[in-house]
Amino acid sequence: MDQQTIDKLLSLSRLSLLPDDREKLLRDLSSIVGLVDFMRSIDTEGVEPLAHPLEVTQRLRPDEPDTSFDQEHYQAIAPQIRDGLYLVPRVVE
Amino acid sequence: MNPYASVTQLRSGLDNGDFSADELAHFYLDRIDAAEDLNCFITVDAEGVLAAAKRADKAIADKRIGPLTGIPIAHKDIFCTRGLLTSCASRMLNNFVAPYDATVVDRLKRAGAITIGKTNMDEFAMGSSNETSFYGPVKNPWDRECVPGGSSGGSAAAVAAGLAAACTGSDTGGSIRQPASFCGVTGLKPTYGRVSRYGMIAFASSLDQGGPLARSASDAGTLLNAMEGYDPNDSTSAIADPTDIFSSSRALKIGIPSQYWNDLSPSLTKVLEEARRTLESLGHRAVPVELPHTNAATAVYYVIAGAEASTNLSRYDGIRYGHRAASPENLEDLYQFSRSEGFGSEVKRRILTGTYALSVGYYDAYYLKAQQIRRLIRQDFLDAFGEADVILTPVSPSTAFKREALIEDPISMYQQDIYTTPASLAGLPALSLPCGVSDQMPVGMQFIGPHFGESLLLTLGREYQSETDWHALHPADNHD
Repeated sequence: MDQQTIDKLLSLSRLSLLPDDREKLLRDLSSIVGLVDFMRSIDTEGVEPLAHPLEVTQRLRPDEPDTSFDQEHYQAIAPQIRDGLYLVPRVVE
Repeated sequence: MNPYASVTQLRSGLDNGDFSADELAHFYLDRIDAAEDLNCFITVDAEGVLAAAKRADKAIADKRIGPLTGIPIAHKDIFCTRGLLTSCASRMLNNFVAPYDATVVDRLKRAGAITIGKTNMDEFAMGSSNETSFYGPVKNPWDRECVPGGSSGGSAAAVAAGLAAACTGSDTGGSIRQPASFCGVTGLKPTYGRVSRYGMIAFASSLDQGGPLARSASDAGTLLNAMEGYDPNDSTSAIADPTDIFSSSRALKIGIPSQYWNDLSPSLTKVLEEARRTLESLGHRAVPVELPHTNAATAVYYVIAGAEASTNLSRYDGIRYGHRAASPENLEDLYQFSRSEGFGSEVKRRILTGTYALSVGYYDAYYLKAQQIRRLIRQDFLDAFGEADVILTPVSPSTAFKREALIEDPISMYQQDIYTTPASLAGLPALSLPCGVSDQMPVGMQFIGPHFGESLLLTLGREYQSETDWHALHPADNHD
């Protein structure tokens, strides 16, 4: 774990940090990686990964039209909308 | 009125006309006001509570009585409540008034329960001490210098302090069980899939499970019956028979895993041994079982939960809802500034850990490896349930610790979850219930059962609680 890795993780996560927090984060992430490195000591040769505790197939609803969401109701909590559209800073000049 | 009355006692009090739902609602609202320093609540909906209490009184008069009609409960602020702030204790959702009810909220309303408010928690349920909340820490009503546990710390403290009859919580790696233990209440993490996750803000989707915190195993069962059941809105919801909360007890083989008992402090060992002897005196038999991969669970948990959290929390982009940074210059800044301002440091730490575990070059060594060990942990339990009906363990390596004792040291904080994460990784139901005190603070024990074995756990819990009074102890009440 080094500053370069931290930069990459921050960029992938769309996060930024104050300079003081970076030092602490580097220390914390290094010790977390130390903790999870314990996993290396476990023999997992030939063990199938387990993604879901009950190992059931995800069940889908029938593909039938249902009551639609009320657009106005759901957009009432949006930070910025106009005419039913979400506003963001200009993307194309 | 007794603030520590059980749901069963409140039910009969309301039905017999000893008090009205309106009186009960006023009683709890006054207590919540008086205990404001505990910081258990993020939102209290006094107006909504009193309106709902009037409707409940009418329903009781008309003999349209559900199991929870007129009973005030509180929801952890992770459950969406239509028209009420649902913050997940984060600045990110400090302005989020949920447009719909979570299935759990909806079902409890249908059973007649009154939502008295939303309880404080660790931000996005990430924490074991309730110190990561944007709204400040919750205090433990047994000792206000101590943490209530987390992440459902507000719910556990509210039940312990007699501010609600019962509360909902959510448990990803111990977030119902550990605060229940620290606050001397009974908390159940159901089998993964038993309780719908629809409208419960996602942290780690293969682990998250909603459940009750209550005064007794009996009350926890009543709440579970109202909360559980298949939900087409949650694609991981299980089709299972409702939990039989009235089944009669039988002699059980109680598994004692050395991996959970060997490193326990002498004072907790003493309390846990006494609980084991009580269970034996009730006709159950303790048998040794082995769960050899237990010591890998913390590492596996923090990789899997982090990976799933980094994915789940990528939805917070400052566009459709939640915190949005002021005047970003471009779309990238909008994402980055909104997220950096909206999330607290523990949430950022977990997102970054998860992103690391999922990134190119590390995926096999961390994420895949963790999933492989997850299978070994689950298999350990399946093997152990060949030897035992129920497994008895501690809930936490300590009683409630002082605020700020661990918050700067994430590794020590994560190791608090050592006895609760294994059952989460295996998707098993687990009940945390009070079994003694150590240095004037409550101690909990954990019953872990086979998948969909809640009935077994609750029955054993009821039996234990009919024989002991630990669940009936409550903190010295400074507000009467």
